[in-house]
Amino acid sequence: MSDGEAGAPPPVIDVQGVTKAFGAKTVVDHIDMCVRAGEIYGFLGPNGSGKTTFLRMLCGLLTPDEGTGTCLGFDIRRESLSIKREVGYMTQRFSHYEDLSIRENLDFVARLYGIPKRRAAVDQTLEQLGLVERQRQLAGQLSGGWKQRLALAACLLHQPKLLLLDEPTAGVDPKARRDFWEQIHGLAAKGLTVMITTHYMDEAERCHRLAYIARGRLMTRGTVEEVIERAALATFEVRAGNRPELIARLRSAPAIAQVVPFGNSLHVSGPDRRAIEAVLAEQVGSDSAWKQIDSSLEDVFISLMTEAERAPR
Amino acid sequence: MNRVFSLTRLFAIVAKEFVQMRRDRLTFAMVLGIPLMQLVLFGFAINSDPRHLPTAALIEDHSAFSRGLIAAMENSEYFDLTEVVESEARAQELIERGEVQFVLHVPQGFARDLLRGERPQLLLLADATDPAATSNALASLDEVLRRVLGRELDGPNAWLLSTPPAAALVVHAAYNPERISQYNIVPGLMGVVLTMTMVLITGLAITRESERGTMENLLATPARPVEITLGKIIPYVLMGYLQAGLILLAAKFLFAVPMVGSIPLLAAVTLIFIAANLAIGITFSTIARNQLQAMQMGFFFFLPSILLSGFMFPFRGLPVWAQYIGEVLPLTHFLRIVRGILLKGNGIEAIAHEVGPMALFALVALLIGLTRFRQTLD
Ligand SMILES: Nc1ncnc2c1ncn2[C@@H]1O[C@H](COP(=O)(O)OP(=O)(O)O)[C@@H](O)[C@H]1O
Ligand SMILES: [Mg+2]
Repeated sequence: MSDGEAGAPPPVIDVQGVTKAFGAKTVVDHIDMCVRAGEIYGFLGPNGSGKTTFLRMLCGLLTPDEGTGTCLGFDIRRESLSIKREVGYMTQRFSHYEDLSIRENLDFVARLYGIPKRRAAVDQTLEQLGLVERQRQLAGQLSGGWKQRLALAACLLHQPKLLLLDEPTAGVDPKARRDFWEQIHGLAAKGLTVMITTHYMDEAERCHRLAYIARGRLMTRGTVEEVIERAALATFEVRAGNRPELIARLRSAPAIAQVVPFGNSLHVSGPDRRAIEAVLAEQVGSDSAWKQIDSSLEDVFISLMTEAERAPR
Repeated sequence: MNRVFSLTRLFAIVAKEFVQMRRDRLTFAMVLGIPLMQLVLFGFAINSDPRHLPTAALIEDHSAFSRGLIAAMENSEYFDLTEVVESEARAQELIERGEVQFVLHVPQGFARDLLRGERPQLLLLADATDPAATSNALASLDEVLRRVLGRELDGPNAWLLSTPPAAALVVHAAYNPERISQYNIVPGLMGVVLTMTMVLITGLAITRESERGTMENLLATPARPVEITLGKIIPYVLMGYLQAGLILLAAKFLFAVPMVGSIPLLAAVTLIFIAANLAIGITFSTIARNQLQAMQMGFFFFLPSILLSGFMFPFRGLPVWAQYIGEVLPLTHFLRIVRGILLKGNGIEAIAHEVGPMALFALVALLIGLTRFRQTLD
């Protein structure tokens, strides 16, 4: 699983063996990661798998227990102040002042970063994110989509080289999500590196590369195609009605790793194509009711998650 | 330079805090309301000059003198004779049950001894649980006695009036020997109000950032702990001066408290006192996980401050262990300083020994607060 290629742009994030425990619980477990300039890097994993913790370690909000590496060329342990200046970090939870207006919030951030020509910078960012009309509105009165824009605006003000976005589109409507992704792609085209966590598969597919973690461990990474291919998962679509007893029988078969209802059909997958075919022939019967399909990213992630859950700790 | 400390960032936080303060009308109202409310509450206590206090009499010497004395006491309006008792035990019981405030005891042979020039004693047992309630009455009694003696000892006995007085009044002030003068309270209130709001409000202002998640953003920027802390403190220092000014104005114009000493000196010392309390607030905010805990810790500090500093109870009346605790608290020293400056006209030399411990407290608390302040979310 190598991330390197010859002639690739320089790494922006390059860390090895990053580990963090809270009490006895290891939340991030020896993660290596390399993200190159201009990439949009998707960071996926179930809730509580350690994504936020990992991002916080990258921008100096948490100190890793183990591991070394650099972010923007600065040591993640010793040079967090320099990292903070050049990173735009968007927290998972909205964390600007609800009793300040959009403009006041941005102005405050601009001062903390000591941005020269502050007014102009704030004006320009407001413009860029379509916030001009609402600049006097209190942040607490904004809906999810607008809060997200404000948060993005605040990360962009100081013209960072790296964006760390923690579930930026959670609770945001589809239109606002699409606008958001357009912004992100526009920024990446200008050379900004973006690391983004998400639970949406369509968003994962918009990333140049992905990493998937579960229970603090890196399960896979690469482009969407690489991730699917590497999983070597055989998936079948079964159209025989989603009867509970059928689902139960399929799930009990050792060859079958997962059975997931999809609308009127079932997605059945496992590592061994022939073994699954045998089970389906026996349980469902005639092969007109089932056929092999391409595994989707979601199939792969669910199987990785199940695998991580079964693994002993 | 920019790395360690930046005035721009400090100013950014101060300005933000002011805007938030302006928006948070309730807190602002509380900051001004607390001193006003306390002034009104304690002001009543100060103004109250209770009269017609129930008084029992234990008369073992029925004479013109004792009759005249009781009449004169009733005339003063401070004392109402509610019961004549026959025994000391009964008198004691009345006091204990709070049915009377005073018991006047005229001992046997009083008039005879008086005329013989033996300077007999009159006994007054007072329930001084609340000294404010009894002090005026007690003060009036000396005068009453002098007048009665003057009236009774006329003609050939007038020689007895020459000093020392012909009869001694012995007051047994039960429960609370040191009587608080009314001027004590208003200046003291300044320290109490500052303690309460400074500790609570800074504690709340900082934990609010953690509770609402805004601390994560703040820490992700280049802002340093010193800047964040100072930036949050400075607006409240001004707030503290506002409160102190309000109380001083009320002291002067509402309660006519004499102000003998230097107000600039008082203002300078007040800064140290405010700093001490803010530092405690910061330290609490680094321990408390949320605003509720910060509030509870604030009260935890406030209670001993008010009880053991000499504000509520005379400091010398406290048990020794409590005095040791009291000596640590900044309010104890500040009360002595304020009273010293305002009432006695103390200068810097006279209060220096009180400023020292207060400044030391401020320094230690600030160091603890700053070292505990987490630069990370660990
Ligand atoms: N400051 C903390 N103290 C203790 N446990 C924490 C702390 N932050 C996160 N955790 C725990 O670490 C695990 C991973 O959390 P997180 O990184 O937020 O996951 P994710 O962002 O992937 O949902 C969770 O079980 C969470 O409860
Ligand atoms: Mg998270």
